[in-house]
Amino acid sequence: MATTEERRVEARPIEGREPTVDPAAWAELLRRVEALEQAQRAGIQKRNKLTIIAWGGELDRIWPTTILASTAAASGMEVSVFFTFWGLFAIVRPDVRITGRHWMQKMMSAMNPGSPARAKLSRYQFAGAGPAMLKHLAATHHVERPEALLDLAKEMGARLIPCQMTMDLLGLERDDLIDGLEEPIGAATAIREMREAAISLFI
Amino acid sequence: MAVIARTVDARGQACPGPLVMLARALGEAAPGDLLELLATDPGSRSDVPSWAELSGNELVEVDTSTDGVFRYVVRKA
Repeated sequence: MATTEERRVEARPIEGREPTVDPAAWAELLRRVEALEQAQRAGIQKRNKLTIIAWGGELDRIWPTTILASTAAASGMEVSVFFTFWGLFAIVRPDVRITGRHWMQKMMSAMNPGSPARAKLSRYQFAGAGPAMLKHLAATHHVERPEALLDLAKEMGARLIPCQMTMDLLGLERDDLIDGLEEPIGAATAIREMREAAISLFI
Repeated sequence: MAVIARTVDARGQACPGPLVMLARALGEAAPGDLLELLATDPGSRSDVPSWAELSGNELVEVDTSTDGVFRYVVRKA
């Protein structure tokens, strides 16, 4: 097969003759352009979008989750928050207490009271004194509570999506969760959401 | 000086309060409108320009000379 260098020499006009193109080089060029076009069609188009996998339901996780979601929505970005595992308890209605049918599910819901208002801290819990102190500090510094930020994010178009599998696992029904959520989805849909997002986070 | 269509008073609000308030006010404004934001959050000095870049709205004026109160003027895209 001819090298690139040789082809370039052949394509150069020779004295007294019209420039000629090597048909093999031409075919190779066309093949490469087609391959590039195909790769571009199959390529991933990133969108101005933030996806958060809200895994943690603790106050010091759900707070940054809601701050980033509301800020991105306020900046005109598309926002999807996918609630899974302990993150699901952050979108349980505040008036719902024990959820699930199996005693293990009931036990887990007893240990993870719903809504960010009752969320625990991952450290310095101090039997509830930790979250109370953090909320006091936040109020002094005029930082919005996560439950308010969640409402703001939703109001500004952020999509809040529960994970179907973990809902089933933890025994959470659609009626146990707050209003205004998207339909529950699975892992593949979450991956698709992340693949197209310019930013994806796991909190 | 151009006419300010609306002033958003976010003094005392912490992150992301001022930006959320500004974004909500901007939603009700018409393209080309000038909105003024007053904030005391020191983080707003970096956050408002970042927000403008992200959202595509133009930051036309920044005044951080006044002690403790920062003033921003944004033109809705």
